[in-house]
Amino acid sequence: MVKQSKKYFKISLLVCSLFVLGACSSTSDSDSDMEGTTSENASDSNNSGSNATSNAGSNSGQLSQEEIRAQNALRQTVFYFDFDIAEFKAADRDTLTFHARDLASNPNKRIRLEGHADERGTREYNLALGERRGNGVLNYLIVNGASRSQIEVVSYGEERPSQSGQSEQAYSRNRRVEVVGR
Amino acid sequence: MPRLFTQLALLSSFIALSFAARAELSIQITQGVDNPIPISVVPFTIEGGGFLSEDVGQIVTNDLEQVGEFKALSPANMLSLPSQESEVFYRDWGILAQDYLLVGKIDRELGSQLIHVQYEFFDINREMKLAGEVLTGSVTQLRDIGHEISNVVFEAVTGTEGAFTTQILYIVADYINPELTNFRLEKADYDGQRAQILLESQEPIMSPSWSPTGQDVAYVSFETDLPRIYIQNIATGQRRQVTNYPNINSSPVWSPDGSKLAMVLSKDGSPDLYVQDLNTNQLQRVTDHPSIDTEPSWTPDGRSLVFMSDRTGQPQIYQIELGASSFNVERLTYDCYNCAKAKFLPDGVNLVHVRRETRQSPQYQIAILNIETLRVITLTDTSLDESPSLAPNGSMIMYATKFNGKGVLDAVSIDGRVKFRLPSTQGDVREPSWSPFLN
Repeated sequence: MVKQSKKYFKISLLVCSLFVLGACSSTSDSDSDMEGTTSENASDSNNSGSNATSNAGSNSGQLSQEEIRAQNALRQTVFYFDFDIAEFKAADRDTLTFHARDLASNPNKRIRLEGHADERGTREYNLALGERRGNGVLNYLIVNGASRSQIEVVSYGEERPSQSGQSEQAYSRNRRVEVVGR
Repeated sequence: MPRLFTQLALLSSFIALSFAARAELSIQITQGVDNPIPISVVPFTIEGGGFLSEDVGQIVTNDLEQVGEFKALSPANMLSLPSQESEVFYRDWGILAQDYLLVGKIDRELGSQLIHVQYEFFDINREMKLAGEVLTGSVTQLRDIGHEISNVVFEAVTGTEGAFTTQILYIVADYINPELTNFRLEKADYDGQRAQILLESQEPIMSPSWSPTGQDVAYVSFETDLPRIYIQNIATGQRRQVTNYPNINSSPVWSPDGSKLAMVLSKDGSPDLYVQDLNTNQLQRVTDHPSIDTEPSWTPDGRSLVFMSDRTGQPQIYQIELGASSFNVERLTYDCYNCAKAKFLPDGVNLVHVRRETRQSPQYQIAILNIETLRVITLTDTSLDESPSLAPNGSMIMYATKFNGKGVLDAVSIDGRVKFRLPSTQGDVREPSWSPFLN
């Protein structure tokens, strides 16, 4: 947990610095590229209307970009794991940070983290492994502002595969934590 | 299970039983026999003709061939078809190189469901009758009667109590569509016949475990959206929830005396072993470690638990005495990448477990480790074998594996020579639990 919170601290610093940088130099090429892609993504989604509204109502375009990033992040509710590994992937850290902030700013929101494993290894061990994966995400969310009472962790072990079969591909889809609203 | 036929059998006449010969024979035959024992089971005659729903002779043949000790002669190759002792000519069977002969006849009472099955069992080489009796029961009990005869034959020849009247519990997962899986706890005869549903749910069911009397089953059900332990009476279906602790409640296993349930709870952070007294509901913590401790099983003396822990990184098997300090844990496996789901044979020396030899060979197989000699015998050669469960006579292990991508139940003899697969059913079948002797 300590390690994770340190990592998060670094990431949040990085996010802040990007934000500041963006605000100072809104005409840079890379920045407008980023803006372009994100608004494209947003207009594909159902939330594009509300994005447009907040865009218009806001004095800073960068703030709404942050909101768009948050909304895109919250749309990702399944997080995949490596074989026999209980820690979520580093690439999912930012996304989970947005989930944590969302819970922090919506104290009445409740979620369930459903941990899963692939079928290799014994069933009882996989039940425990699914819980360990769920707890890893739980701790990260708490460290980043969510309240313990908002989150329930349930492990299904290997009992509820998302994809059947004995292929590496199926296994990689089954090692997961799903964020489910409740 | 009501066993009308055996009770009624006491009233009927015992034709002959030769216990002395049985004991003597058992030693001779179980030694050094590598080839299956030739046996002839003559189709049982139905007195007055007609058909019955079950072929008793065939049930016995299947039983005996399934456990691999026997090879039955096809009736088409028999020189005569006797149904009672007076019709048996030993030389007919000696010519065919048969060691044993079973004959019988079935008498159905007119206008009644009652049947009388008379069987007689002969040693061809010694030209003597080893066993015989009349079993009486309902026509719906023909399979029970067949399995009972198999028990007598098996014990007469091998000296080991037959397990043909035992049953199994297992879980079936039936994928209806991506949103809906039908989970079932089922009970069947040891050979997969006469399956019955004990519990059906759209949420997972796991870890069925027989009580030592065979009257109750403990299992984990997610029916409340959380894994909780339940106990259900098999005959009445009456059930109760035994645990409601936060987080994982799993792996219920009855103590040998039936008074306690070992289980895994992660209420204090990580999965640890606990023992709950079923009379007082008192909960005793057994292990206390931040890693995963799970899959408890009782040692035969009921004083210790064997379990799996990944405290060294990968799953290995450990043992802890109840009441001992949680630091006083003995490690039992060292030479495997992943060893799990262990249970001692009744000898307390041989440990059945699931084994993955090395990280490079990702096969999970059923193996037996002798903890004194450290000799390991790997019994299976498929790659996703799990949940081994021992027959109450110690002769076979049933386990779950995959066949054509589907979960199936297989059984292997304790020496690895014989394997049989249970008939395929709808859905993925797994987690077999072999009953104790049901009497």
